[in-house]
Amino acid sequence: MSWFSQEVIDVLVQIGKSIVILLAVVVSGALLSWVERRMLALWQDRYGPNRVGPFGAFQLGADMLKMFFKEDWTPPFADRMIFTLAPVIAMSALLIAFAVIPITPTWGVADLNIGLLFFFAMAGLTVYAVLFAGWSSNNKFALLGSLRASAQTLSYEVFMGLSLMGVVAQAGSFNLRDIVHYQMENLWFIIPQILGFLTFFIAGVAVTHRHPFDQPEAEQELADGYHIEYAGMKWGMFFVGEYIGIVLVSALLVTLFFGGWQGPFGLLPQIPFIWFALKTAFFIMIFILLRASLPRPRYDQMMAFGWKVCLPLTLANLLVTGALVLAAR
Amino acid sequence: MEFAFYFAAGVAVLATLRVVTHTNPVHALLYLIISLLAVAMCFFALGAPFAGVLEIIVYAGAIMVLFVFVVMMLNLGTSVSNQEHQWLRPGTWIGPALLALLLLGELLYVLLSTTGNTLITGDTVDAKTVGISLYGPYLLAVELASMLLLAALVAAFHLGRLEAKELS
Repeated sequence: MSWFSQEVIDVLVQIGKSIVILLAVVVSGALLSWVERRMLALWQDRYGPNRVGPFGAFQLGADMLKMFFKEDWTPPFADRMIFTLAPVIAMSALLIAFAVIPITPTWGVADLNIGLLFFFAMAGLTVYAVLFAGWSSNNKFALLGSLRASAQTLSYEVFMGLSLMGVVAQAGSFNLRDIVHYQMENLWFIIPQILGFLTFFIAGVAVTHRHPFDQPEAEQELADGYHIEYAGMKWGMFFVGEYIGIVLVSALLVTLFFGGWQGPFGLLPQIPFIWFALKTAFFIMIFILLRASLPRPRYDQMMAFGWKVCLPLTLANLLVTGALVLAAR
Repeated sequence: MEFAFYFAAGVAVLATLRVVTHTNPVHALLYLIISLLAVAMCFFALGAPFAGVLEIIVYAGAIMVLFVFVVMMLNLGTSVSNQEHQWLRPGTWIGPALLALLLLGELLYVLLSTTGNTLITGDTVDAKTVGISLYGPYLLAVELASMLLLAALVAAFHLGRLEAKELS
């Protein structure tokens, strides 16, 4: 049993933890479909899905059964290879980005020095899912949806990166664990970086193309946009991918601006995971509430808002933060 | 790390070859994205994670999206594919390919004959080091690049403005 050393055990434990995190993210992403429908129904004075199991909690199982038994149809006019590739990118890219999130002091998949940049890279690659899906479907509405998506994602990614540079400048690191440790000793970044928080939140909603930034899939104008030709589990992957995006952006907001696994005022440091989960759940609820309460803006208004309001705001925020960091030296 | 480097470099070369030989423009662009990701992997293997991640964000995540965007709008059909087939006949590419092969042989000869090859050390170059050297010894290059980008920005703004006027 010479190979069964401490090192091997550590590696195995780390792999186990990673698998648990992966499954937890996918399952919570999938369960969100039920949570969202129930919450939307509550706010709009309806019942929502309440038939399957207690409070309709097993609706997810019913949906999955339905999706698995649907015909996995690829349209004959579609580009087969890219048509199949697109949902894979949609689900995996943001899932991989979850690796850099530090969940508790001891839990987390990867501790990268370039953690934040890794998230930007993965967020940049997710746009291909929408682009390729729209193009390969060979359908006018799908193509229109993906054209909108690429323009929107490019414009919002520009200031998404800039909005977090204030945080990076103050913490002095791209490593998310270092950023959380910095917030332990100082204020949470929500106070000094409130502008960064607001702009990153807007950009985060845009990157997951959730309402009110769901121009790529606007039902009323584009009849579901880029995934109009998808059915069965391929469509399901787009669907779950969107919810994984919500979980990821919520977790990032918590990590970057709300002290990660710490309680407010250093309260109860024994339960880091509970704090993290509570705060993440709060932001997920905000995402759903946004969808329930806001109308969809016109496309040109949305682009103008990104370039003319958010970009200058983030630049000013970065300049002021940089000057203050320099002055504090 | 040498293995990772050569593996990624091999993937990059193969993917780029397919970019050239593929007749479907969107598939060719897909291979180009793979090639850029492989180059980013080379940077990671060389111990420059900052450069690698910037390669993904800027090239694969932004510039290539614009390429795909434009090619998608051109609505290229089978006629383009046929045209590419015609252009890719051996008579067209065999001459330049042979000459390029000669150059490759010369490059390999020079590379193999030089002494003092340094192996990959595994030291990482972090973002701070990159920033210090960009704004230290390479300040002039940064300023020149920024002027070039500013000129491009003004030109793009001008073109966009003209179009907006015509529409209204």
